[in-house]
Amino acid sequence: MTASALTASPIPPSLAETVTKSFARKRLMAFAVPALILLYLAYTAVAFDLAGLAQRAKLDNAAILLSDFVTHKTHVTRDNRDGKLTVSVEGEGKGTYPPDRLPEWVITTGEVTTIDLGKGSVVTYDSDGARFVVPDYGTIDIRPDGDRLILNAPQPLPSWINVSDTRVSVTTPAGRFSYTRSKVETFRYQFGWELFFFTLDSPFSGKGPLELVGLALSGDRIDPARSNVSYMVNEVWTNKMWRHGDVVWALFETILMAFLGTMGAAIIALPLGFVAASNFNPLAPVRFGLRRVFDFIRGVDGLIWTIILSRAFGPGPMTGALAILITDTGSFGKMFSEALENIDDKQVEGVRSTGANSLLRARFGVIPQVTPVLLSQVLYYLESNTRSATVIGAIVGGGIGLLLTQAIQTQKDWEEVAYYMTLIVLMVMAMDSLSGWLRRKLIKGE
Amino acid sequence: MVDIAFGPERGKRPDTASIQDSYLDMVRRKRMYGGILLALFIATLASGWMLADSRNAGGFWNGILNVFDFPSEVVAEAWVKRALIPALFIDHIPALIETLNIAAVATLLGGVAAMSLSLLATRGLARWPRMIPVFRRSMDALRAIPEIVIALVLIYILGGGPVPAVIAIALHTGGALGKLFSEVAENADLKPVEGLQSVGASWTQQMWLGVIPQVAPNWLSYALLRFEINVRASAILGFVGEGGIGHDLKLAMQWGQGRYDEVVAIFLLLFFAIVVIDRTSDHFRNRLVKGR
Repeated sequence: MTASALTASPIPPSLAETVTKSFARKRLMAFAVPALILLYLAYTAVAFDLAGLAQRAKLDNAAILLSDFVTHKTHVTRDNRDGKLTVSVEGEGKGTYPPDRLPEWVITTGEVTTIDLGKGSVVTYDSDGARFVVPDYGTIDIRPDGDRLILNAPQPLPSWINVSDTRVSVTTPAGRFSYTRSKVETFRYQFGWELFFFTLDSPFSGKGPLELVGLALSGDRIDPARSNVSYMVNEVWTNKMWRHGDVVWALFETILMAFLGTMGAAIIALPLGFVAASNFNPLAPVRFGLRRVFDFIRGVDGLIWTIILSRAFGPGPMTGALAILITDTGSFGKMFSEALENIDDKQVEGVRSTGANSLLRARFGVIPQVTPVLLSQVLYYLESNTRSATVIGAIVGGGIGLLLTQAIQTQKDWEEVAYYMTLIVLMVMAMDSLSGWLRRKLIKGE
Repeated sequence: MVDIAFGPERGKRPDTASIQDSYLDMVRRKRMYGGILLALFIATLASGWMLADSRNAGGFWNGILNVFDFPSEVVAEAWVKRALIPALFIDHIPALIETLNIAAVATLLGGVAAMSLSLLATRGLARWPRMIPVFRRSMDALRAIPEIVIALVLIYILGGGPVPAVIAIALHTGGALGKLFSEVAENADLKPVEGLQSVGASWTQQMWLGVIPQVAPNWLSYALLRFEINVRASAILGFVGEGGIGHDLKLAMQWGQGRYDEVVAIFLLLFFAIVVIDRTSDHFRNRLVKGR
């Protein structure tokens, strides 16, 4: 055979045409689909007002948030009327240092208070006013004179010094400082979450880890009524700044909501699944009705069930659990009835041949077959409900979701937000591995 | 004669009595363990409900009698004002579209992220096989953070509007879809990839022309399922945060009596939207996976 014979081999013109057409269609699709998606994204960019976002976005908020995640600030405040000095973490009453145990960077001698902000920045409060020594710049000196403040600082004033007749504020990387007629305040930023274990009113505060271990092991009781270890645990548990006890309870409540909701839904949906499966229930209208009920429950959606239930039951974990229960009953009912319709009939016939009644047939012929499928679905839902329980908790007012939304809405305790976020992620990951472990153990029998 | 069913030698016949005994023994033991586990499970469940009940503001038995109070109050008021409901539907359709847009954009963006993440995290396909654990763990992390956490933080930074919700849902979708996509891609036939490799195709070309056409139907089906989930998530985020029909619902609920007709209109709108989307996506998923 020659090349000419090959080229002449007959391709029916109709086939060639179909192939060319299908290529053309595919080529068109390859451009049309991405183009449509881009067009849609462009439309949503306009609908979502992406251009206006740049103005609305507050990037300094992001900076505050990021620095607050890992740092805390300590306020050193002097009341200019009575000369009283307070040193407190985040300016909160529950984080106030007792006057005899001030941090070592605040030194008071009589009327004069010296605050060492590190790296050469020193603030001094005295009876004349206050002075702030900034390295590479000079000394900022402020004196009250009648109703006005008199500022003495190297000219020209840089942009980080803000002056008016009644207020002087200075922002430096080492810390912030502000002077008004009524009070003078210095904020020092430091790395870490302060008072995480012990608040300042606790006898254990300010002690190093070795000292604490020594106290825990030694027999000298600080409080004669109980051992040092139980006292320490109690002090951490009731920490007023971080409220560890409440947080642990909230986490537990969230997991409880997910567990009760999922398991309750599974228990209710199992018998309903039998009723809705065509090979167990010959009554078509009942099946149809029940399936529509499942569809309705799923369609109404968890959000609406949550709202209705929180009106009736009030805030708390049970409301959340019931909301999960109702929503998932719909999903489980549908999935269980589908799983039951797909079983192998041979086992059921085998059990029937021994004269078993329908209950025994279900117990020994059906349940062993569907258990792995149902269990893995239930465990999967348990996993995803742990996440949903956080959101539902925010709506019904229970669990860690509530604590998180409260902390975010106050817009100042970002280190608490970071703490809760870490805990939520850890909780979800723990539940993921627990359900994965259970699945392997129960279903694959490893 | 030798009964071949029990082997040639009489002495080696197994003792049927002992088999029966040990079998019954095993069954009894299994039942006992099963019973103990069941009892423990029921005890946990019962005490859990009791604990949840005691920590709830209103008790269960008080609440169960009042479950229908709120819905009937709402429905009664809405029934009186039923003539207004069609107009309210039209009022809230923009908000519904916003909710759907949030879900769609988040699914699209999350889906694109999931495509690349999943291919990078699949054994046999990965661009950098040593980085597989890194990509897997990052998908796990994306899945673990609930949407509401990201959304609320972003609302603080970006101000209100739908963008925080889109980003939050897209991140979660990227993690969730990435895992499913990678499971599908694991089962893809490697022959087309090898063929493309032999003609010198780059990694992107191998994936785009060799893997994606194989996995596209399953991936699309998962993406549609995710879209259904994201519509619900976007409604909930609207309720907790800002934007969309969830926010309208919250405002109407907070107003309370007098605007219950609006509440009903939003309920119905949301309900029908979810049902229609579920049905349509169900239909297309069946066609994609089972080939109609």
